[in-house]
Amino acid sequence: MNAINRNEQTAIARAVLEIDVNNHAGVMSHVVGLFSRRAYNVEGILCLPLAGGEQSRIWLLVNEDNRLPQMLKQVEKLEDVMAVRRHGGDHPIFSGLESYFR
Amino acid sequence: MSETLTGAQLTVRLLERQGIRTLSGYPGGAILPIYDALGQSTVIHHVLARHEQGAGFIAQGMARATGQVGVCLASSGPGATNLLTAIADAKLDSIPLVAITGQVPKAMIGTDAFQEVDTYGLTIPITKHNFLVSSAEELLTVIPRAFQLALSGRPGPVLVDIPKDVQMQAIEVTDWPAPGKRVAPPPADARAISEAAAMINAAKRPLLYLGGGVVHAGAAQSAVELAEKASLPTVMTLMALGAMPVDHPLSLGMLGMHGAPYCNLALDECDLLIAVGARFDDRATGKVAAFCPQARIIHIDIDPAELDKIKTAHVGIAADVEEALQGLLPLVSENSRPGWVDRVNQLKRQHPQQFPDQEQTLSHFGLIREVAEALDDQASIATDVGQHQMWVAQAYPLRRARQWLTSGGLGTMGFGVPAAIGAALAEPQRTVVCFTGDGSILMNIQELVTAGEEQVNLKIILMNNATLGLVHQQQTLFYGERLFASQFKTLPDFVKVAEGLGIAAVDLTQAENPHRALREALQRPGPCLIHARIDAEQKVYPMVPPGAANRDMIGA
Repeated sequence: MNAINRNEQTAIARAVLEIDVNNHAGVMSHVVGLFSRRAYNVEGILCLPLAGGEQSRIWLLVNEDNRLPQMLKQVEKLEDVMAVRRHGGDHPIFSGLESYFR
Repeated sequence: MSETLTGAQLTVRLLERQGIRTLSGYPGGAILPIYDALGQSTVIHHVLARHEQGAGFIAQGMARATGQVGVCLASSGPGATNLLTAIADAKLDSIPLVAITGQVPKAMIGTDAFQEVDTYGLTIPITKHNFLVSSAEELLTVIPRAFQLALSGRPGPVLVDIPKDVQMQAIEVTDWPAPGKRVAPPPADARAISEAAAMINAAKRPLLYLGGGVVHAGAAQSAVELAEKASLPTVMTLMALGAMPVDHPLSLGMLGMHGAPYCNLALDECDLLIAVGARFDDRATGKVAAFCPQARIIHIDIDPAELDKIKTAHVGIAADVEEALQGLLPLVSENSRPGWVDRVNQLKRQHPQQFPDQEQTLSHFGLIREVAEALDDQASIATDVGQHQMWVAQAYPLRRARQWLTSGGLGTMGFGVPAAIGAALAEPQRTVVCFTGDGSILMNIQELVTAGEEQVNLKIILMNNATLGLVHQQQTLFYGERLFASQFKTLPDFVKVAEGLGIAAVDLTQAENPHRALREALQRPGPCLIHARIDAEQKVYPMVPPGAANRDMIGA
């Protein structure tokens, strides 16, 4: 959490990204690598295969940042990314997991 | 009819089917099955580089000269890591490259096996896409797809990592896939095109800003037509040089850090900037907030991620730039714009680019002028990276798209010699000149052996100032003249080195008549190093200090 305390964390505007990808080794590296090379922290990651197992869905929780629109374009360019959808930080996907992080 | 083939034979056959006739590489344990198969090919000429980075740049040179995919091969571990710089260079300049590397057998991946490195992981951020192949069957889709990806949309490098056991795995092949080809992008948005045309028609002081994408798209002629029809003074990035002949009346040459003074000043006055296949690189724009401060912006690029990345466009068009220019041409009215063209010509007269000492053969600008006078536009011009690169960019009369090979985005010293070898291999009918410096040439000096072995028609002009010129220049200008690690205390005898490595060499500094010696060396077929000492105190001017606005040029 670096120097940011929990109260400050909750005050930062968040975004939730829903990314449909091909399901094979290395795809997660491609996606999160775009964030890490910009020193853009990913706060939460959730990934499971979709029915059939050919594709997966990655959910990312990230801080709102003026670099986010460019990041989304870069993610969309990845060959293994099928679709990217952006949601507000209040999307229930991560809040439903809070009981596992106490 | 079905055949039984190993993964290695399959790979070579797929390369043949892609139309590959020359590729470059360096063998090693983990890629030996492919080399064994390649040795049996009757159509592919393998150019043995003397370092994998050289192989990567030779492949790049072929790609840059022709627009077709260049192919390079390397083994696992150090072979792959040595390729990385050439791959990263291709990424930043959008060069179509397919790099094939051997990998340790699948069962040994992750065990720190001999010559094992995570090639896939290392190349994620420097390729357009990469593959770790897990079966011989997969090669039938991966290899054509690698070519398709390298060529389609914004071109770029693709890496295919093939474990040794996959290379040796034998499979039955009945049907061959179609070779991978460029896939056309979605058509340009017609409404945006007409909006852009209306903006051009309404503009008082428009400028056309061409980038490397114009060269990649084969759109140079359309760009010149558009400029002529609407009287658009035209600036070019380092990567676009040659797209419009520099002596075209509408050409303002190169913009940016070492652009012509009149070019940067004209950008300050324009009211509309039409960016075509350009990406607003920091060396081109200087301080972005002060770049074309009065201008509305039309941005056309095949990569949607480039639109609004640095500068927000008033009209952004994600499209093939040739198609977009063809769409614009009929909608843009003929306009001679006498007021604006006169103003630009006045800037040219009042703030010219200076070419000091141009009349002396043994000076930086003198050497460039003499080479240009001795050759025609059919010659290709490569450079390494440093002062010599900027001087050639400023002074050489480039007049043809793909005439110019230079490492723009990554700025890789060591690029010049192997890239020029690649260009000469791809187009043996041309004379290829490589301008280089005493710093750059040493970074891939071993490729002189390759040049000699292949007997390529390559003339290397070595401007030797015994100095890392651009470092020396920045230390002089911005670090209180504290020169450190930028002056070579010991230099090799480059003429002896070249001869020792197997190519002819001429020392203009020792020649009785340097002018005649240079002409003779340029006319003689085959590779030749042409050495000349130049003055270490010469600077690349003008220079926009890093982070400053383009109008604030030193030495303008």
